[in-house]
Amino acid sequence: MADQPIVLGIETSCDETGIGIVRGHTLLADTIASSMEEHARFGGVVPEVASRAHLDAMIPTVESALAKAGLRVTDIDAIAVTAGPGLAGALLVGVAAAKAYALGLGVPLYGVNHLAAHVAVDQLEHGPLPKPCLAMLVSGGHSSLLLVPDVAKEVISLGSTVDDAAGEAFDKVARVLGLPFPGGPHIDRAARDGSGTAIAFPRGKADDGTLDFSFSGLKTAVARYVEKNGGSLSLPDVAASFQEAVVDVLTRKALAACAKHDVHDLLIGGGVAANSRLRALAQERCDAAGVRLRVPRPGLCTDNGAMVAALGANLLEAGVAPSQLTIPADSSLPITTIHV
Amino acid sequence: MLFVLVLAFDTATPAVTAALHDGTRVLAESTTVDARRHGELLAPAIESVLTEAGASLREVTAVVAGAGPGPYTGLRVGLMTARALGSTLGIPAYGVCTLDALAYATGSSEPFVVVTDARRKELFWARYGDARTRLDGPRVARPHDVPGGLPIVGIRLYEEIIGAVTGPEHPSAGALAGLAAEQLAGLTPEQAAAAAGLPEGRIDSEEAAQGRAVLGPPAPIYLRRPDAQIPGAPKKVTA
Ligand SMILES: [Zn+2]
Repeated sequence: MADQPIVLGIETSCDETGIGIVRGHTLLADTIASSMEEHARFGGVVPEVASRAHLDAMIPTVESALAKAGLRVTDIDAIAVTAGPGLAGALLVGVAAAKAYALGLGVPLYGVNHLAAHVAVDQLEHGPLPKPCLAMLVSGGHSSLLLVPDVAKEVISLGSTVDDAAGEAFDKVARVLGLPFPGGPHIDRAARDGSGTAIAFPRGKADDGTLDFSFSGLKTAVARYVEKNGGSLSLPDVAASFQEAVVDVLTRKALAACAKHDVHDLLIGGGVAANSRLRALAQERCDAAGVRLRVPRPGLCTDNGAMVAALGANLLEAGVAPSQLTIPADSSLPITTIHV
Repeated sequence: MLFVLVLAFDTATPAVTAALHDGTRVLAESTTVDARRHGELLAPAIESVLTEAGASLREVTAVVAGAGPGPYTGLRVGLMTARALGSTLGIPAYGVCTLDALAYATGSSEPFVVVTDARRKELFWARYGDARTRLDGPRVARPHDVPGGLPIVGIRLYEEIIGAVTGPEHPSAGALAGLAAEQLAGLTPEQAAAAAGLPEGRIDSEEAAQGRAVLGPPAPIYLRRPDAQIPGAPKKVTA
């Protein structure tokens, strides 16, 4: 195993400066600097604040990852970086750093897709990915169902949100309920004391036969409910019923995709995969359908550098040609483009 | 004499410029004006000046980036590149005010003002006593508030308000490298390290303090706070 290449992964698509180091598919270090605290008072990520923070966090975060892995920078065999999708200015800082590291070390550069990296990261915890597998990525920016024949070579989009992302719905509902940003963990916590069946919130697109999602109507329904029942509402019940509506639709669509494409392995990633009710309901429904469920630990579900390094390792393994130093950061990189 | 090979680049203006300087002269220089592609153009420009000069990155003794002021997205490309190269190669990385390089390129011994585009109908400006001496700035201001009565060098903008602009329109990495090499030549290794913000550095003389005024750590000069309102719309773009 010692002769497997050491890949350093750089992730800066949003507010987290993530640096990961892998040897093959063994995780050696995963270090994160987050500017979330600076954004919280704005109720959302401020791109310029995030970009400034990436510039200042990059070198210290790389150095701390190297120290954790017990390596020198010259031990790195390849650099992988998120080339998109994400915040343009934030991506650009990571891509500039990656190019300079690749140039300075004389090693290959791989510009990779952030979403495919969310899929690849699970290998670090649960071993090689089944080919094919189905992946559901749910976060503040995306809600996607992907068919993944081979994460290094082919990713097919089956469906995605037509309006808000799942995590965005959590943030917006949290604000309506007076809970802090980011909303996911707070709603999860509040929901533990409530009933998911107390209020019948709408399940957008649940039975429309597509694999797309819609959370905008649900968000509006919650806002209306809160407006109407302001003084007398039970916050735990609203949180639990809202959360139940989201995870019900997510898991139903994910299992429908598995059945439609005859796939027996489901992977869930992205920040919302840390939601305890999503994990529980997904497990229940996968067991009933004979589908194996893979969910990385929460630290690997949210944005991190290890996922980028993991996908870089897949690309190296597959003999994919490295990226040119001319590659752009592409804020709207399509999921079908695994590397640039 | 110590072997010197300065790699300099600037991405604080619409120009992406890179150069290699051996302490005496510019060995190679590349400049492309394209305000939207700093991230794509810089690394290849560095490779191309190295190739043209027949040099390797391993031989570079110092890396210098234009520190701005400049529109932020492009500015960070140069500074991030300088920091990562310095860290990887184990050499000091410096930042030099982009307007200082423009001033140095004039070779002027008379007072003048340098301007670059700050967008949003504003200019970045600094006032110089001569090509090497900044007396005021850098600052960001509306064209009406740029000091008058002096020759103006730099970007051809708002000439109907500030008067005719002459001299180089964009910074040149050759001038940036030349200015940095000149300053470095007057510093001991400890003083040079101090200017780069390295822990082993030490400042112990007036000349060194002057050199340090030009050479600083590779930190951006923004001059504006980030645009953000409380509360902004919640928005997270990535998965
Ligand atoms: Zn993500």
